[in-house]
Amino acid sequence: MAIVASKLDPKEAVYDYTLPAGESWLHEVEQGQTFRILDLEGNQAVDTLFYNAHDPAERYSAVDTIRAQGNIYLSAGSRLLSSEGNVLVIISADTCGRHDTLGGACAAESNSVRYASDKKYMHSCRDSFLHALGHCDCGMDKRDLTSNVNFFMNVPVTPEGGLTFADGISAPGKYVEMRAEMDVMVLISNCPQLNNPCNAYNPTPVRLLVWNA
Amino acid sequence: MTTQFQPELALWEDTLPGAAHWSFVMKRGTALRLTDLEGGANLSALFYNAEEKLERYNMADTLKAQHTAHLSKGFVCYSDMGRVLCSVIEDSCGWHDTLCGMSDAALVKARYGEASYQAQRNAMHRNARDSMLIELGKWGLGKRDVVANVNFFSKVSADDAGNLAFQPGNSAAGDFVDLRFEMNTLVVLSACQHPLDPNPAYQPRPVKLTAWRCGTPDAADHCRNFRPENTRGFYNTELLFR
Ligand SMILES: [Zn+2]
Repeated sequence: MAIVASKLDPKEAVYDYTLPAGESWLHEVEQGQTFRILDLEGNQAVDTLFYNAHDPAERYSAVDTIRAQGNIYLSAGSRLLSSEGNVLVIISADTCGRHDTLGGACAAESNSVRYASDKKYMHSCRDSFLHALGHCDCGMDKRDLTSNVNFFMNVPVTPEGGLTFADGISAPGKYVEMRAEMDVMVLISNCPQLNNPCNAYNPTPVRLLVWNA
Repeated sequence: MTTQFQPELALWEDTLPGAAHWSFVMKRGTALRLTDLEGGANLSALFYNAEEKLERYNMADTLKAQHTAHLSKGFVCYSDMGRVLCSVIEDSCGWHDTLCGMSDAALVKARYGEASYQAQRNAMHRNARDSMLIELGKWGLGKRDVVANVNFFSKVSADDAGNLAFQPGNSAAGDFVDLRFEMNTLVVLSACQHPLDPNPAYQPRPVKLTAWRCGTPDAADHCRNFRPENTRGFYNTELLFR
């Protein structure tokens, strides 16, 4: 796991916003800009999708990304590929070391399967995604929701093909930073999951920063 | 209760030639046997609720609900709506990949060279993504409906550092997997080679399809009881049919 620190100074960021747990964020990051997600309190899952800002039918593809890099985890140097095989963003700095892209986003429906039938009424990442898309004029809807990145989540796969949810390897102050290789729309649900011990049942805010090239 | 496959029960049978693509609807209570006729086949598959095609196979929910990174007997394919599209009721193969996606035009051209219809007729080089888009187009679907797929018969495992390795020889001639459909399901298939198949030759293999009426799962069903999550997933699914 490569740990790569950033030289960028938050005081020079052109955008700086703290996103509370359970809220969504849809924002364009221009080609050449650098985008940082800072885990303020540790072990917060940041469910993230990327789209070509000019044609959202071109979007992040988890399976193309992991196949192209021959590895299931994302870390510094990972090139996040679109469904058309183009690079959306490259992870340019990372003090966490590993991020998940297999576990997907929580949803009312999957919570009812994973935890208990009555958990479906709890707030979820897909509700956050749909809330953001319902308020934008970007022409996107549920059809555009696919397998996402879970920044700061640790979901190890065993050589026998098992999937485990391990304790987080993030901590307060850890961050991941990526450089946009095209104009990208970034859609985040700052996960409100209250059923998973990974975050000690305590979803927390994250800080989002953007620097110009 | 589920009736296991017997050749005399076949409702229909067909053989998908290597690299071919096809799509069709399987009804709730029917099953489909996929047979690798020559060994080394790969069958890429996408599944949609035939009545509400916005509901579709969800790789992430399938994996995390069952704590698995591959499919085999007992596992089920979840939709994004917490319901079961289909269940793996028998499997002689043991491992089916759902992490690695499909080949596309650039991959096939780079690895195998170009073979156009003009020059090669139906021996042209097809790729799985374009094949899926053609089939999806027949149902009014398109790019936005392409999601992470299943690659039946292919095994790709990860080491402790997460590095992926394609495992040749996972499926031999005659290996099969039986899928029971738990809702009316649009099945979209491509028999192109797995995108990590190291074979330098363009050599996609044929897959036989055999459908039969298998019935719906009872309370003692293996897939239903395979994990407590699946019991709830079947409950969600059966609400559609009450
Ligand atoms: Zn979530």
